[in-house]
Amino acid sequence: MQLLYFGWVRTKIGSGRETLDPPAEVTDVRGLVEWLKLRGDGYQEALQDLETIRVAVNQEMADLDAAVSPGDEVALFPPMTGG
Amino acid sequence: MIKVQEQDFEIGAELASLTDGNTAVGGLGCFVGLVRDMANDEQISSMTLEHYPGMTEKQLATIEAEARDRWPLQDVLIIHRYGRLEPGDRIVLVATTSAHREAALESCHFLIDWLKTKAPFWKLEESDTGENWVAARDSDDDAADRWSGTATPKI
Repeated sequence: MQLLYFGWVRTKIGSGRETLDPPAEVTDVRGLVEWLKLRGDGYQEALQDLETIRVAVNQEMADLDAAVSPGDEVALFPPMTGG
Repeated sequence: MIKVQEQDFEIGAELASLTDGNTAVGGLGCFVGLVRDMANDEQISSMTLEHYPGMTEKQLATIEAEARDRWPLQDVLIIHRYGRLEPGDRIVLVATTSAHREAALESCHFLIDWLKTKAPFWKLEESDTGENWVAARDSDDDAADRWSGTATPKI
């Protein structure tokens, strides 16, 4: 699974992109985020408040209940500030 | 047309390209966003825009399609820059053309309001006190939500 991080999610995690193989029990974004938080303090800090996290699955906006599978591209980021 | 680019753009040339040779256009609405020198009472030395390549273009195309669905537009141009910018630099250009002013002006306003909250960009400001990610503002959400009620009737 391709994981992408932007904004302060990226700076807190310390990486903008990584390829990971979450365990089979990770089937949705919420499960993925909980699994990521076990990977270290940076992840824990970046993902502690889900209210502030936005998600895209395969470059489409998604919510925490959206399904994820091994070949997906999942991006986690703060609320967008375009314009 | 959508352009996501690092380099600057020339406002006059871009606007002229939208209308040259098209005598059906009766009005052109445009908005240019620039880097301000102050944020939260601090002097800003630079603003670096990060975006999500691939998704950015898709989101902007979706926003353009939404505008074309709501108003009778001849053309839409969105240019959004990324990378390191300084106060006074241009960030974004939104321009729309239509037979009449209402559609051009309203759709332009709609597009920039939607860009604020739906285009995957993030802004890192640099000042004397360090670096600071620009937080999304509730007022921007409110501005975007203003357009999500009943669709504006086609003129």
